[in-house]
Amino acid sequence: MSDRIFGGFGLALAIFYIWAASIIKDSFMVDVVGPRAFPYIVGTVLGLTSLYFIIRPDEEPKWPGLRDFAEMLFATAVMFLYAWSLSEIGFVIATTFATAYLTWRLGTTPLWSFVVGLLTAIGIYVVFHLILGLALAEGPLGF
Amino acid sequence: METLALLVDGFSVALSPQNLFLAVVGCFLGTLMGALPGLGPANGVAILIPIAFSLGLGPIPSLILLTSVYYGAMYGGRISSILLNIPGDEPAMMTCLDGYPMAKNGQAGEALSLGGIASFFGAFVATIGLVILAPQLVKIALLFGPAEYFVLFTVAFATLGGVSSTNQAKSAFAAALGLGIAMIGSDSQTGSQRFTFGEIHLFDGIDFLIAIVGLFALSEVLIFLEHHRGGAVGSAGATKVGRILPDFGMIKRCMPSIARGTGLGFFSGVLPGAGASLGSFLAYSLEKQSVDRDGKSFGKGDPRGVAAPEAGNNAAAGGALVPMLSLGVPGSGTTAVLLAVLLQLNITPGPLLFTKNPDVVWGLIAALFIGNIILLLMNVPLVGLFTRVLLVPTRILMPVVAMISFVGIYSITGSTFDVMLMVGFGFAGWLLRKLDVPLVPVILGILLGNQMEVNLRRAMTISDGDWLALVGSPLAIILWLIAIAGFVLPMFVGRRVKDRMDAQRHDEEASVGD
Repeated sequence: MSDRIFGGFGLALAIFYIWAASIIKDSFMVDVVGPRAFPYIVGTVLGLTSLYFIIRPDEEPKWPGLRDFAEMLFATAVMFLYAWSLSEIGFVIATTFATAYLTWRLGTTPLWSFVVGLLTAIGIYVVFHLILGLALAEGPLGF
Repeated sequence: METLALLVDGFSVALSPQNLFLAVVGCFLGTLMGALPGLGPANGVAILIPIAFSLGLGPIPSLILLTSVYYGAMYGGRISSILLNIPGDEPAMMTCLDGYPMAKNGQAGEALSLGGIASFFGAFVATIGLVILAPQLVKIALLFGPAEYFVLFTVAFATLGGVSSTNQAKSAFAAALGLGIAMIGSDSQTGSQRFTFGEIHLFDGIDFLIAIVGLFALSEVLIFLEHHRGGAVGSAGATKVGRILPDFGMIKRCMPSIARGTGLGFFSGVLPGAGASLGSFLAYSLEKQSVDRDGKSFGKGDPRGVAAPEAGNNAAAGGALVPMLSLGVPGSGTTAVLLAVLLQLNITPGPLLFTKNPDVVWGLIAALFIGNIILLLMNVPLVGLFTRVLLVPTRILMPVVAMISFVGIYSITGSTFDVMLMVGFGFAGWLLRKLDVPLVPVILGILLGNQMEVNLRRAMTISDGDWLALVGSPLAIILWLIAIAGFVLPMFVGRRVKDRMDAQRHDEEASVGD
């Protein structure tokens, strides 16, 4: 069943892709096949393989239970939030919390998670920013 | 002889103090990443690419650093296979079979040093093979026109699923997905905006590094989260290494196995779509058939069962560089990531690389020889150091890995949009892995998409829109036949090969790519 749903999504994606390719505007430069031909081929392969998934699905994969799945969605959400907050609150604070969250969810006690988060943030800041000179996000506090 | 002179020049490049230092650092980091389960060579190199570029290293130093990581990870994979029965990366899977029983018999140190020596031999011979074979392949590749190149890319995608692929439709879907993503942004030929929908962040296209780090490294973190593997990978008891000095009598007895493993490994590394996993698998199973037909000692801690697959996977790692460097077409996940390194450096691999930038090619090859010696020194006497890493709990390690991937991408793009995009790729990667869709073709599609299209359009321009030009030369027809065979063959034998590999690997988790 998963494969069928996946195939359905794939098919929708393929149709959308081919439609999006059909509205590509030509520029003043032109070549023989134009900018649309290759995307049409790609879209067609996407569509045909998706149809195959619908007709002949594989065995069901082992999906995580609802709780584990929620866990992963939360982790993904936290990482999104982390990416967004980098420029708002700065690298060190954002990283402390994001690392602490992930460490905690992987089974460390809350207090230790916070310590690990802080150490990771400071460690990365020192090694990558102070020693190696990489540009890290700066918040209002400057780190 | 010309090759030899070029190689000497290469050594003078690779032996400069800075490059030598980077090779040592790369070897060390690589072994470390290889040793950690879940962080294979592809992940390791992927995470380090953005960092190497943000450091502002030049092309040759970055290449030396990252290929040392690649070779190092191939060495390191054996450590957790032998000590914990958990392969550090997919190619090291077969090493578990006899390595772990050896460790249980109190021969862990011997297994590790034997594995190190077998790795050295495999990689060394394969690098020599690279020196000999790559220039020959370049001569053929120089005959290629745009049409042949287009077909060559098709060959790469058709064979990438590999002989162990069970569902070719999924490989094809993955490749199309990657190619589709590559089309986003302004068209290189005419400048039209494609699939950008007015979103300014997409005008330049999606940076392949974001996709690679997201799909490989972040999806690995999510897989870990799913399985809640909290504790340290290593427990105190399993890490007793015992005597580390290799037993020379044992090595002498294993030499034939090492030699056979090396040959098979190199061969499967050069072939498109085979890769290091198949190299070590073939090396192990053929070794078993040739010296232990009744199954008396293999699987119970036979040193030959460690030597053959280790030589095999390291030889395959070297062999995989042959098509990658001379044709610009990688055959496995890790070489796809190495291709990303070259593209990021604005170096287009392929026959022209050998004529236009011989310093890069030969500097790199010389660095592989030097890296190999460094790795041997690091991996035999200092192996105890690396076993300590296995004591760090993964619940702490994985978040740190995730954060370092974020740092790399942020420092190279400086955009939070791109970091969010990477998280999106991470989740998509997890989903695709669950659905058994291989990720390597996606990556390769993103990497090669534009070149593939450019070659198609050039071929069409030359032939004035006649699509039959794609089958217009004998060379192109041969390539088409290889592509078709490579795509169709796994439909018949894929299930069987996969079942046999599964039967031998127990129920271990394996990492992405090889």
